[in-house]
Amino acid sequence: MKEIKVLGTGCANCKATVTLVQEVAAAKGVDINLEKVEQIQDIMSYNIMSTPGVVIDGQVVHAGGIPARSKVESWF
Amino acid sequence: MNKFPRLFLLLAATLWWLVYGQLIAFSEFVVHTLPVDRNDRLGRALQFFFYDTPKVLMLLMAVVMLMGMVNSYFTPERTRSLLAGRGEGVANFMAACLGIVTPFCSCSAVPLFIGFVKAGVPLGVTFSFLISAPMVNEVALTLLFAMFGWEVALLYLSLGLLIAIISGWIIGRLSMEDYLEDWVKDMPAIAAGALEESVTLEDRIKAGVDSVKDIVGRVWPYVLAGIAIGAGIHGYVPEDFMVSFMGKDVWWAVPFSVLLGVPMYTNAAGIIPIVEALLAKGAALGTVLAFMMSVIALSLPEMVILRKVLKPTLIATFIGVVATGIIIVGYVFNLVL
Repeated sequence: MKEIKVLGTGCANCKATVTLVQEVAAAKGVDINLEKVEQIQDIMSYNIMSTPGVVIDGQVVHAGGIPARSKVESWF
Repeated sequence: MNKFPRLFLLLAATLWWLVYGQLIAFSEFVVHTLPVDRNDRLGRALQFFFYDTPKVLMLLMAVVMLMGMVNSYFTPERTRSLLAGRGEGVANFMAACLGIVTPFCSCSAVPLFIGFVKAGVPLGVTFSFLISAPMVNEVALTLLFAMFGWEVALLYLSLGLLIAIISGWIIGRLSMEDYLEDWVKDMPAIAAGALEESVTLEDRIKAGVDSVKDIVGRVWPYVLAGIAIGAGIHGYVPEDFMVSFMGKDVWWAVPFSVLLGVPMYTNAAGIIPIVEALLAKGAALGTVLAFMMSVIALSLPEMVILRKVLKPTLIATFIGVVATGIIIVGYVFNLVL
């Protein structure tokens, strides 16, 4: 089980990122627990400068823009 | 494209150049095949439309592609480390210029703001960046260049930078650090280091192609609308329709346009059809550019986002200083031209 957090204040890119992560995880059959972090204070605690950001098991793996599908696939 | 990135760029540029050179011939051919007289008003309008549309879109694609590649050199993190710890003045200038080449989306305004301030970038310098980034961008400049000529684009570029530099500098002089929200003040300082990923030329090309798909995919309807207005309304609405509202001699036109622009919110491309229509109908250039700057640089949604980190006094100061700058620019423009 991977703990995944998508950091973003709810803009279109953030929603697209959530959907993409869910899709890829489902396609690869990986069990994930996905959480959306939308409070700006919480987002900033990860020290990123552009959203959406993606955090896997406490590690920031992506910040800024929708990640490429190949990048998401490499996470699982 | 993946194996021979340089070759790909060279071929793409050559192809672009060849096609671009044929656009007039193409537009004449299209009009020739249509059942209209080339020399009457409709024929001229159609030729203009079939020439201008591919011209503007091709210019936009080329510039967005290049900027997508340039953007990959200037991540927000790298821009921050360039600015952190530098003295004001020079840093305001750098921040405004970096605002052009650093990728920026207003939904990231808050993380970026905090990331800058907490890493030791002075407040005024951060504002110089935040003003310049949305206002002076490649889409606005390309469209102004393609539709109104390089003089207008250059004026917009220099005046936009000037407003960003001076407004940021003034906000810095006012020492308003106390007007950040308390939770921001209480946050620990962070290091300005940049995470260095190794980026290859293929990656940069891919970033360029992606931004073409993303940006051109989003803005083309506005561009088309702008050109259609330019082609269509000549002669159909009285030429001096706007003169009485936004002409040079209407002293209140500039501040009124700026005020009108604040609640309006659209991107640089969305405003172009309006700019085209206003200019074609006799509105003064300074007034129209002031309106455009106000719509892009001062928007209510961005203020609502920034309100999470700034107290109302600082937001009001920000709006006041930038609006004053834009109004002065509008007047100067109208006076000089």
